[in-house]
Amino acid sequence: MDILLQQIINGLTTGSVYAIVALGYTMVYGVIQLINFAHGEVVMIGAMVAFSVIMAVVGMGLPLPPVVIVLGGVLAAIPVCMAIGYLLERVAYRPLRHAPRLAPLITAIGMSIVLQHLALLIWGRDPRAFPQIMENTSHAIGGAAISSVQIAIILLSVAMMAGLTWFVYRTKFGIAIRATAEDVRVAALMGVDANRVIAVTFVIAAALGAVAGVMVGTYYGIAHYTMGFILGLKAFSAAVLGGIGNLAGAMLGGILLGLVEALGAGYIGEFTDLCQWPVARDLLAERCMADGHVVLFGSNYQDVFAFLVLILVLVFRPSGLLGERVSERA
Amino acid sequence: MNRKTIGFILVALALLALPLVLTQVGTAWVRIANLAILFVFLSLGLNIVVGMAGLLDLGYIAFYAVGAYVWALLASPHFGLHLPFWVILPVGALCACVAGAVLGAPTLRLRGDYLAIVTLGFGEIVRIFMNNLSAPFNITNGPKGITRIDGFSVGGLDFRATDTFLGIDFTGPAKYYYVLLLLLLGVIIVNLRLQKSRIGRAWVAIREDEVAAKAAGINTRNVKLLAFAMGASFGGIAGGMFAAMQGFVSPESFILHESIMVLAMVVLGGMGNVWGVIAGALLLSFVPEFLRYTVEPVQKALFGHLLVEPEVLRMLIFGAALVLTMRFRPAGLWPEARHQKEMGEMKEADA
Amino acid sequence: MTVLLEARTISKKFGGVQALKDVSLTIRRSEIYGLIGPNGAGKTTFFNVLTGLYARDAGEVMFAGKPLELGSPHQVAQAGIARTFQNIRLFGNMTALENVMVGRHVRTQAGVFGAILRTAAQRAEEAAIRRRAEELLHYVGIAHRAGDLARHLSYGDQRRLEIARALATEPQLLALDEPAAGMNATETAALRELVEGLRADGLTVLLIEHDVKLVMGLCDRVAVLDYGEKIAEDVPAVVRADPKVIEAYLGTSAH
Repeated sequence: MDILLQQIINGLTTGSVYAIVALGYTMVYGVIQLINFAHGEVVMIGAMVAFSVIMAVVGMGLPLPPVVIVLGGVLAAIPVCMAIGYLLERVAYRPLRHAPRLAPLITAIGMSIVLQHLALLIWGRDPRAFPQIMENTSHAIGGAAISSVQIAIILLSVAMMAGLTWFVYRTKFGIAIRATAEDVRVAALMGVDANRVIAVTFVIAAALGAVAGVMVGTYYGIAHYTMGFILGLKAFSAAVLGGIGNLAGAMLGGILLGLVEALGAGYIGEFTDLCQWPVARDLLAERCMADGHVVLFGSNYQDVFAFLVLILVLVFRPSGLLGERVSERA
Repeated sequence: MNRKTIGFILVALALLALPLVLTQVGTAWVRIANLAILFVFLSLGLNIVVGMAGLLDLGYIAFYAVGAYVWALLASPHFGLHLPFWVILPVGALCACVAGAVLGAPTLRLRGDYLAIVTLGFGEIVRIFMNNLSAPFNITNGPKGITRIDGFSVGGLDFRATDTFLGIDFTGPAKYYYVLLLLLLGVIIVNLRLQKSRIGRAWVAIREDEVAAKAAGINTRNVKLLAFAMGASFGGIAGGMFAAMQGFVSPESFILHESIMVLAMVVLGGMGNVWGVIAGALLLSFVPEFLRYTVEPVQKALFGHLLVEPEVLRMLIFGAALVLTMRFRPAGLWPEARHQKEMGEMKEADA
Repeated sequence: MTVLLEARTISKKFGGVQALKDVSLTIRRSEIYGLIGPNGAGKTTFFNVLTGLYARDAGEVMFAGKPLELGSPHQVAQAGIARTFQNIRLFGNMTALENVMVGRHVRTQAGVFGAILRTAAQRAEEAAIRRRAEELLHYVGIAHRAGDLARHLSYGDQRRLEIARALATEPQLLALDEPAAGMNATETAALRELVEGLRADGLTVLLIEHDVKLVMGLCDRVAVLDYGEKIAEDVPAVVRADPKVIEAYLGTSAH
């Protein structure tokens, strides 16, 4: 099997999901210059709602094609998440728009804790297994395998990115969003209702998050009330990598982060195998003889990569690959 | 003697007598009081970072974890080391301080929300390392944690056993109580003195307007780093005491929720106000105990079984406390004296 | 008269816009130097470059005979240039006295350990900081507001407080960014008196101002910026008569 190609395929899949979640962070950041700390929880709720709907439909035993059932889950998750996105804006952000920066961040954290524990109450403490109804056929390409779920995720993500780009650049409302992102006051003078634009941005971000949640759920086959935290952190890192506030940046950052993570997890064990270094091999002769490998960091450190990327970007290029400046503005 | 002095003496006596009274009720209550003091200590450490300097640190518990693991590794059979507390506590504080500086140096020049998310990630990373640093070399013993950690001991006085002094029995937890109280007194004095000092003023100035602080001649990067490192050091000390008291540490004790809890204590009580933070920390420390003794029996009586675990309810309350405090009392329940005037005026303006 | 500050060929671009183009000017000790120009001429940009808030693209500044390190605002303050902001920037939730005490930061050194241990040196320094801050509040005429939060001060008092905070850093050059903006005639007259008093006490003042009458009446010398370039630099009478200046600026707005 071609491990490199396989990791690239896996990376593209998770990267697509990161990109969709990252778009949510970046859009909200664009209009209010704040990080929506609770966005990860929205994604989690999306996965959970879809899980419940899919389970219910499967339980009823209707003779529906699996794709339709999953689609039904997505369609149920989207409005729920949109409502939560709206609620977040109204409760955590809007009342504090003129308060010190710290305040909305703290309320958003509070909201994310509340959402997490409400999810725990509704769906329980244990991970919920997504029913594997989609026939997950593997297709061989160049010595690696790509599953139909992976293909679906990648295609759906591309379609959503294209749709969002069209919306933001070609529709009247999209132009209002960009105007607000540029300068709230001027946009308001031009007749743009900033409150409405900001609320809609939250709602769109949440809808994207809902779809991403279902994608993660079907891909890993599992949903858990804490899944939003790490996923959110990674997607945020992706948004920063691409340049926060920049749509193309979020997409690029998401894909890149997915690849970095997949390749990193795939190869870190090999790179940190002490038995390949002469000095260490002598010191650890016994263990190298017995096991063949003494791996310092294995793939269990996968979650560290996103964070390292985040720190490195912030140190060396805080504006990200395609973005604006993020350091303290005058 | 004026009234203030008398009040002070009465409070001091009450605090000194508390563990003896609680022991009569049950040693468990002394342990609860000890943990509460530990959280007050942590909150005051975080208050330097969040309250005074306005830096939102969401991974504060990571420094607590560093301190706890330093104690666990230097005083347990795991490595066969049994160093005395006066070596371990400073080493733990130093390690946490270095971790804080390493994390803060690249991120403190960025806007505040980046710091928040980086610290959030850092907390998670520390946990991942604690969980996985058991292979190929067993440093942390992974998710199983480190057990049989040495307790606190001073000159042969064993803090696990009961000693009788002047005819009064002092249990282990009661003795820890006094040590913790002493440490708490220290951190209170540090907070109060810093607040009215050149560095403390610089922190508040940065919180208020960073650009103006720079223009007024403050090297904001260094001063922020100082706040961050100081807060981390206090976290390290608290972590060491936690390890000694519990005799056991594992990654489970240092999850994100603990960071959020400490943050909620600082925010609810009143960012920047020492007494407010203490009150907030005490209040939220007793919430879980309160829930355990009220919510559980009430639910069982009403529904026959537990609908909402106290643990979940506690987190819901903390989350809601963060939202509601910021919304309705942004300066906290017990704001700084100079903010109190503000709140009054805001109400007048609203009316 | 000796030269205090010499800016040489300062340039700054924002995207495609040349905000400053080879601006050179010389400020002499103990003079009031005015910098005027139409809106968007680059006055505030020059100010922000000079005080380290913006990185410059080219040029250098000599200050008190030494090259000025423009890396960061606090280094500029350390070197002896203090500034105020066009839209007042105070520490709103600190008292007026505390605001000025913050200004002493750069000339004092007590650290964390000094504060925690309350060493004799720290206590002496703290007392000196307070004394100096009180003097400065008195100097700018708002001693009676020392205990009030900065945000509760009137507009004119906030301007004064900002100047007091700047003075606390012991500057050789005080740079005021449109100090008369938003002031009524009485407040402007009082401000003028304050600035003249500062010069009488030996301070050098750089003044950016919209109010041409104030600048012409107050300043010893004036430079005019237009589209990021300096088009004149001389005593007010000469500048006023300069055809280029009249065309660019006075011709349209001074009558």
